[in-house]
This record gives sequence, structure tokens and C-alpha cells, in this order.
Amino acid sequence: MGWMGDAGTHVVAPTAEGAVVLTGRVLDGGGEPIPDAMVEIWQADAEGRLGAREGFAGFGRCLTDEGGGYHFTTVRPGPVGAAAPYIAMNVFARGTLQRLVTRAYLPDEPANGTDPVLASLEPDRRATLVARAHGGELRHDIRLQGEGETVFLVW
Amino acid sequence: MNLDPPYDFPPYRSTARRHPKQALVAAVPGPTESSGPLLGAGRVQPGDNDLTRHGAGEPIGERMNVSGRILDGDGRPVRNQLVEVWQANAAGRYRHEVDRHPAPIDPNFWGAGRCLTDGEGRYHFVTIVPGPYPWGNHPNAWRPAHVHFSVFGTAFTERLVTQMYFPGDPLLAYDPIFHGVRDPRARQRMVSTLDWSTTEDSFALGYRFDVVVSGRLATPSQP
Repeated sequence: MGWMGDAGTHVVAPTAEGAVVLTGRVLDGGGEPIPDAMVEIWQADAEGRLGAREGFAGFGRCLTDEGGGYHFTTVRPGPVGAAAPYIAMNVFARGTLQRLVTRAYLPDEPANGTDPVLASLEPDRRATLVARAHGGELRHDIRLQGEGETVFLVW
Repeated sequence: MNLDPPYDFPPYRSTARRHPKQALVAAVPGPTESSGPLLGAGRVQPGDNDLTRHGAGEPIGERMNVSGRILDGDGRPVRNQLVEVWQANAAGRYRHEVDRHPAPIDPNFWGAGRCLTDGEGRYHFVTIVPGPYPWGNHPNAWRPAHVHFSVFGTAFTERLVTQMYFPGDPLLAYDPIFHGVRDPRARQRMVSTLDWSTTEDSFALGYRFDVVVSGRLATPSQP
């Protein structure tokens, strides 16, 4: 991908109220890490408001490390209207002619049951869109192909 | 989304293990994806758009002005929005560690720049023409000279990474990444044009490259 400038992994400061780490690995069809990927996120704040404001960038960008790992410091987005909250994600990498579009829904979120995208999927596919709570973090791997392949969206 | 180029494109070998094999799931962008970041404030400093001045001296190569407009699918300008570029040097060598191509590094060239579009969606970079480089995709594989462009539209759905190519480059006919785009008219939208209005006599050539971030006439995506 080349150098893209400062990574901007802090959607909020680590000391912000409700700050949580969103982290995972980007993996290829062989389960191997993708160390040359770029993950970008865009989301609402904890109150479900869209757009950057003081203390909340709304946007994050992370270049994956040698292990394919990415991480953001953000907050759990609040629902925008009645919809299930999620973090929108774009993934870029060598070997991807188009960006890959996906979402990270939140664990333990009642509104997930009424989300039209989640409802349209079989349980094993649906699970690839929902982050897991683990040790105070939100864990969310992105598998471009193969076993456990992440659901990617097309508009 | 315009799936030209497709995710699965065997002539570009890296796509083999990186393209989804499951069907893409059709979705309607929610309010989140229908909005998007405006990445101006604090991210761009004066001079970030002049790649010929990021080193102690001037880089080797053919100086050029690269300019154009960022437009949305309705032809409206994308205003005050971030545009980022990166490229190899005149010898076809990238500055980052991964590039092992035995061409010289230019100590005066880093190869990355950014700027904001103005109120009419216009952007402008000063740089040097990058060289083609070998990339191991197939025997004797060479990428045509290109400048990577990373562009934000108004919505998160209008995010586009593409490449600007040069008119008349004979390597274009052989490039799998360029030809991942099936529609020849769409391919042509990735090729810049010589722009006499931005050519500075005795100083720099000018190339024009407009980027359309969505819609039927969108500039195609490239890695």
C-alpha cells in the first residue's frame, strides 16, 4: 500500500470515557496474516451521533503489523436511530483490486436481532460480523477467504 | 459498487488467496456509511503537496504538476477533502523497506504527499514522474509508471484508492492490474492527460487527472 501518513488509530483518546480497544487480525485464504493491509473505520459516537467533534474523530486508520494485526482505540457506537449499532470498515491490501467492505457489530447488543443484514445470514456467516468481547477489548478478525471467511458487503 | 475490477482476477496473482469466495452480501448503506469523514483539519500542512521539497535537495526526475478535480457521481465537486498520493522515484524504487528492487534510492525523494481539495474540488501536487518497476507477478513483469491516489468522497461509501497512469505508456497493454478493469473506457479514466495549462515553461510538465468517486463514470479502483 505504500506509506499513507500517520495512522490515526485513536478515534478517541485512550483516557476518554468508555474507551475500548477494537483489535484483530487480517488473514488470507490460507489463514496467513496479511501484513500489508490498511483497515479504516467510521462510526457514530456512544450517543449515536455521526461526525467528528471534540474528542471524537469518528474515523480511524490502521496499517496492519507483521502478524496482520490492527488495533483502534474507540468507543462502542450508540445506535443511529433504532438500528443495531456497528462500526463500518473498509479493508485495502495488496491482492485486492477493490476495497473490501464490512462491519463490526457489537456483542451483547439486543438490536442485532432486528438488523436486516444480520437477519439475512446463516448463523456461521452472521458471526463473522459480530465482534467478540474479550478481556475488556473488542476482538474482530477479518478473514478475506476460506474457513470463517468474513461477510463482505456490496452496495 | 462497481465490481470492475473484480476481486478474483487470476492474472494478478496476489488475488488468489485474498479474494472472497463467498458471495458478497447486498446491503443498503446505513446512515453510518452514507456519511463520512472530512479529513482536512490538522492533517495537511503547507508543502505536504510538493514531493520535490521533502528532502534536503531536489529529487532526480522529470518534474511535473499533477492536478485535477475530485467529483462525486453527480459531477459535483468534493470540497475541502483529503487527497493522498504515493509513488516510486524516477528509478522505480519505493522508499519503504519491502521494496528490494535494485534501483537506487533517491535521498531527496520520499514519495508521499497530501493536500486538500478546494471549494471546486481541485487538488494539486508537484512531484517527479515515477519509473516503472519489476514486481514478480509473472516472468519479466513490470508495473507501468503510476502514482497511487487515495481519495475520500463525501460518504464512507465513496472511498476510492486508484492509480494514475501516463498517456502512451507501452507497458499499460501488459499490466494485469490495469487490465483487471475490463471496460476499456473505464481503463482510460485511469490514464492522465498532458495538460498544457499546468505546464510551466522551462520548469515542469503538467498532467491532468480527475477522479470520480462514485457512479457510472467512477474512476476504477486499483490496489
